[in-house]
Amino acid sequence: MSFAQNNETASQIDSTALQTVDSESKSTPPVEKEESKLNSGNTAWMITATALVLFMTLPGLALFYGGLVQSKNVLSVLMHCFAIACLASIIWVAVGYSLALTPGGLGEDARGWIGGKSQFFLQNLTTDSMNGDFPDSVWITFQMTFAIITPALIVGAFVERIKFTAVLLFSTLWLIVVYCPVCYWVWGGGWLTGKAIDFAGGIVVHATAGASALTLAWMLGRRQGYPKSLKPPHNPGMVMMGAAMLWVGWFGFNAGSAAAADGSAGMAMLVTHISAATASLVWMFIEWKKTGKPGLVGIVTGTIAGLATITPASGSVGPMGAIVIGASAGIVCYFACGFIKEKLGVDDSLDVAAVHGVGGILGTLMVAFLGAEGTLGGLGLNVKETLADGTEIVYTSGEQFSIQAQGCLAAIALSVVATFIIVKIVGAITGGIRVSEEDETKGLDQAAHGENGYTLN
Amino acid sequence: MKLIKSIIKPFKLEDVKDALSEIGVEGMTVIEAKGFGRQKGHTEIYRGSEYTIDFLPKVIIEIVVSDDLTDKVIDAISKAAKTEKIGDGKIFVLPVEQAVRIRTGEQGDEAL
Repeated sequence: MSFAQNNETASQIDSTALQTVDSESKSTPPVEKEESKLNSGNTAWMITATALVLFMTLPGLALFYGGLVQSKNVLSVLMHCFAIACLASIIWVAVGYSLALTPGGLGEDARGWIGGKSQFFLQNLTTDSMNGDFPDSVWITFQMTFAIITPALIVGAFVERIKFTAVLLFSTLWLIVVYCPVCYWVWGGGWLTGKAIDFAGGIVVHATAGASALTLAWMLGRRQGYPKSLKPPHNPGMVMMGAAMLWVGWFGFNAGSAAAADGSAGMAMLVTHISAATASLVWMFIEWKKTGKPGLVGIVTGTIAGLATITPASGSVGPMGAIVIGASAGIVCYFACGFIKEKLGVDDSLDVAAVHGVGGILGTLMVAFLGAEGTLGGLGLNVKETLADGTEIVYTSGEQFSIQAQGCLAAIALSVVATFIIVKIVGAITGGIRVSEEDETKGLDQAAHGENGYTLN
Repeated sequence: MKLIKSIIKPFKLEDVKDALSEIGVEGMTVIEAKGFGRQKGHTEIYRGSEYTIDFLPKVIIEIVVSDDLTDKVIDAISKAAKTEKIGDGKIFVLPVEQAVRIRTGEQGDEAL
């Protein structure tokens, strides 16, 4: 949902967010609060996209992560994803949406840092409320699915050893203190809106999740037996099934961020797919060369790297740019996995930072070059200013890159600092966020949830 | 009576069962096990991290036979389970004090 596009496609803006916008900072004229005519094509697509993105978490991500852990912990991972989905939904309705995507907060102008309270508990939402030319209810739910998957991504960092109460408390606080502000900065009318290019969440979703995951993993400590006696993924087949669902769902994630059933959505879908396929093959070939065999877990991890990396760029690059992004994702994320686990020695168990964090940031930075008109079929960067005669001046790649980098750094900084503080608070409440050694050995399925993943006879 | 405990490669189970059947031994108990002797394990690599798998899947076949059948059984199992590669397994013979058929109460050789 890039705030401003420099072409004919409709700007995907929460129309209420524009009320307090200073017209110099946006390329599109402010939308008045008149009765917008409902476009049923856009509405139908956005409802569908919403379902696709929810499907990414339930069960896509759950299965992807579930297959990677030991069998004695599979249910706990599914539980984390499911519970976070439910929790994030309620928080979104209560305060999240309002803080992330409605104007207000600290200061009246668009350079504010957090949204307002006008939509707490969606108090001003009616069946007829519109966001552009489709219902506000759909927009809110669509955005909700993003608010669901982002904390769910962090699950990968703390599997097999975290207390369930800590998961619930952490996710609650993190959503409000990290996700909502960053979402507001980039999409809600905040300081990056209209400036940074982040079509579907390279900064908002992947950078925040990745940086927070790394911080949390570092504070939580390594799993028992790390790194010498770790167990391999208990169900690589489940990992592939999850990854496949993520791929399909990602069409909703990126193409849905066009907020319209139009050419922009179509192109976003196409480049998303190209990046996924390219990254998968590149990862597979690297692994084949380095280890002697092309693995299934490897190729599907490449897929996710490709998808995460194209996410911020999916509204700005063309097919050729997508190939470059996919290839880069496959290479960079492959080596990032080894770097974080071996060089940094942090047990980010399911490589959230290496795949989502690094991928999201990589794509966010690359779009400054690959999105430029002319470069490998780029669709154009954001508008810097609109002259009196209506001519739009677009940022140069260098300028855009600077903005992209600022966005990444700010998101990472908030993520790291806030995660650190939240973990300290949650640790104080729960008496330490890590389970006992005995429980970790027994497995969280039994210890935390009283259930057995595979009762075979 | 002797308990003959054989640790063999899993894919050889059918061959051993057939060979025992040919010499008149129809019953057995099979246990799925894992282990190693001189056969080395292997390494699996996921996302750049190495996982060493020392234990290999094996199958244990337990049969109890009368003393006079012991040599024929050892011979049959050995021939059927052999691949002439490291990891073919071992056969152990233990003395059995008593045997009982639960359904009828028969004891000793009649229970076998």
